[in-house]
Amino acid sequence: MLYREVGQFKTSYAQDMAIFPIRQDRIALWLTLAIAFIVVPLLDIFQIWPFKGEYLIRAILIPFLILALAAIGLNILTGYCGQLSLGSGAFMAIGAYSAYKFVTGVSIMALHIPPLPVFISIILGGFMAAFVGILFGIPSLRIKGLYLAVATLAAQFFFDWLFIRVKWFTNYTSSGSVAAPDPLIFFGYPVTRPVEKYLVCLIVVTAFALLAKNLVRGNIGRQWQATRDQDIAAELMGIRPLYAKLSAFAVSSFFMGVAGALWAFVYLGAWEPLAFNIDRSFQILFMVIIGGLGSILGSFLGAAFILVLPILLDQVPHALGIPITVETVSLLVFLIVGALICWLLIVEPHGFARLWGTAKEKLRLWPYPY
Amino acid sequence: MKKLTLALAAFAIGATGMVGPAIAQQNEQFVPALVYRTGPYAPNGIPFADGVADYWTLINERDGGINGVKLVMEECETGYATDKGVECYERLKGKGPTGAAYFSPLSTGITFALTEKVPGDKIPLLTMGYGRSESRNGAVFPWNFVAVGSYWTAADVAIQHIAKELGGMDKLKDKKISLVYHDSPYGKEPIPALEARAAKNGFTFKAIPVTHPGVEQKSQWLAIRQDRPDYVLLWGWGVMNSTSIKEAAAVGYPRDKMIGVWWSGAEPDVTPAGDQSTGYKALMLQHGAGKFKVHEDLDKNVVSKGKSVAKDTYAQVLYNRGLINSMIGVEAIRTAQKKYGNKPLTGEQIRWGFENLNLTEARIKELGFEGMLQPMRFSCEDHQGADVARVQQWDGKAWKTISDYYKADLSILDPMVKEQSAKYATEKKITPRDCSKES
Repeated sequence: MLYREVGQFKTSYAQDMAIFPIRQDRIALWLTLAIAFIVVPLLDIFQIWPFKGEYLIRAILIPFLILALAAIGLNILTGYCGQLSLGSGAFMAIGAYSAYKFVTGVSIMALHIPPLPVFISIILGGFMAAFVGILFGIPSLRIKGLYLAVATLAAQFFFDWLFIRVKWFTNYTSSGSVAAPDPLIFFGYPVTRPVEKYLVCLIVVTAFALLAKNLVRGNIGRQWQATRDQDIAAELMGIRPLYAKLSAFAVSSFFMGVAGALWAFVYLGAWEPLAFNIDRSFQILFMVIIGGLGSILGSFLGAAFILVLPILLDQVPHALGIPITVETVSLLVFLIVGALICWLLIVEPHGFARLWGTAKEKLRLWPYPY
Repeated sequence: MKKLTLALAAFAIGATGMVGPAIAQQNEQFVPALVYRTGPYAPNGIPFADGVADYWTLINERDGGINGVKLVMEECETGYATDKGVECYERLKGKGPTGAAYFSPLSTGITFALTEKVPGDKIPLLTMGYGRSESRNGAVFPWNFVAVGSYWTAADVAIQHIAKELGGMDKLKDKKISLVYHDSPYGKEPIPALEARAAKNGFTFKAIPVTHPGVEQKSQWLAIRQDRPDYVLLWGWGVMNSTSIKEAAAVGYPRDKMIGVWWSGAEPDVTPAGDQSTGYKALMLQHGAGKFKVHEDLDKNVVSKGKSVAKDTYAQVLYNRGLINSMIGVEAIRTAQKKYGNKPLTGEQIRWGFENLNLTEARIKELGFEGMLQPMRFSCEDHQGADVARVQQWDGKAWKTISDYYKADLSILDPMVKEQSAKYATEKKITPRDCSKES
């Protein structure tokens, strides 16, 4: 069938260790990147369907990319290192509010930091989230599973509370809502048009996905996976749980912090702590579970499923001219998405990534997976 | 194979979703509605959305549109969530031959997010009685119209009513007034105005937050029982309001010492608490519940034809507010048509219509809104147009108006609008328009 690797010989170590050892995978990846980087902007510039107007880019592609980045972050922690976390919303909020503080200038007592450029602020927001992630990861050395989830839930509620209560974080605005700088200036270039914002998100997400892919298949990723599979065995094999777990927390929170800053700056424009509440944490956890634990590709598939599917379903009756009210539609969407999630988890408990893996195996020798 | 078929089917459905509605008629004005008919805020979202829709239907049915330009409406469910609201805004803003006429999100959170987006898309934002209080200053916020009253107006009028009940402004001294508020930008907005009043009139002000969605507020009311404030102001929305009234009854706090904002003073707020609500007071965004002349037209042209979307919400407080919201929008479009011609207009042209809207007493009477609304007029400096409000009380069956119109004290509020909008302008590097040069 299509997916046969017969005749693809690996003649060097580099080839053997490539991220995508199979030629078909490489082609698919380059095609996806070409579509994302070249075809989409071109379609947008020439306003060709379905890119007419800004809807698809501004309301679907940008949030999809940002939440996929957050899902990659959580996947590193939960999927690769096996540490269940319900604090994703909190780490995104830390990224968003720290970036906001850096971009407007910080002064704490003797320390004065002038307003920093947007991109540096976003990255620093990620580092702040990483720092807090390490702090909240410390309990993971003693507690596991659901108990750890409860500990990270504490982070979620604590930061919800902190950003609502401590007015310093919102520069003392009376309403507690803060706004991102406008226009966003990246390296001296003002990013205003939706397609430019899309490209910024795309570049960040591509770079971070590549980073994540390389991390998880390297030394540190193997340590994470060993810890996930059997932490006592991992320890006996010489893996330090302190280092493995806290590094997973740091890297994961860094990703989520950057995603949170992008969500606030690029997608929402103005936000309040409610934008990063417990629902956001659950949304990202579902993305990871539906997409596939321990898979970078799964993070993207899960994000697409959880974010995009309800939006599409929501528009079907109106597009087809079926006269039903919006509340019926939104209840139907709840029902259908809920039923699909149940169905998917029964049919394939390991999520979309596993589904894709099985499909690839079947394509090698149709119709038998091996 | 089955999976593949399913995937293809899903894709096909998705693709049709992107096509959007069939080719629109040319002589149509597209009016979008961001609504929430589901979720914890639905009891209040539904009547408002019904009123908004019914008035647009009335315009089409009775007048055949605005000067012959038919209104085409589409609703989008936001669930009161900011990210969903932004998605809905993106979905609807470009529809129709000229794009969306104006947006009314009925959510302070969504208003804050859209405030950042509307200048780029050139679509006015009509936030009647909510949103950013400082957006009254049209020089800094050209696209926002916080029509009829802001949260600061409400806060000021509430204090004036308390003073009247006590027997004079001087009696406020050393009294204790607490604010129970929804812990979001919506609930926080009145705090600066109340603090300014507390400093001026010498009462002790205490703000007590309730977390979203507001069904859990036992500890807040226990604190109130301990503290015994003379009055409690309620700044809630959705299920939070009726919960507050029930909790007040549970701790024995007198309901007639509670004054809700105009978003806490409708039927869905008091009926769930039953008899416990009797005596509860709330501000009115000028209007109350009940039928007026416009309802006769609605009965004749919309309800009797079976075209009303309202069921039991008809002529309720929030339904009537929806009517007024649509009426202001429609009149803004009409005003803009005087300048740009009787054809579908762009958001930018309609913004001019809003800014030059003048609802005189005669015009309000003509529209059938007499008794619901006082004359109001927008201008470049003033995107609010009015400063008055009344107080109503729930007698167990209906809302009764118990006060005359109060006028908010502009000597307190105007400097606040100026200061906050100037702060926004510096933060966002906006050069305020010179209003003397606007026509």
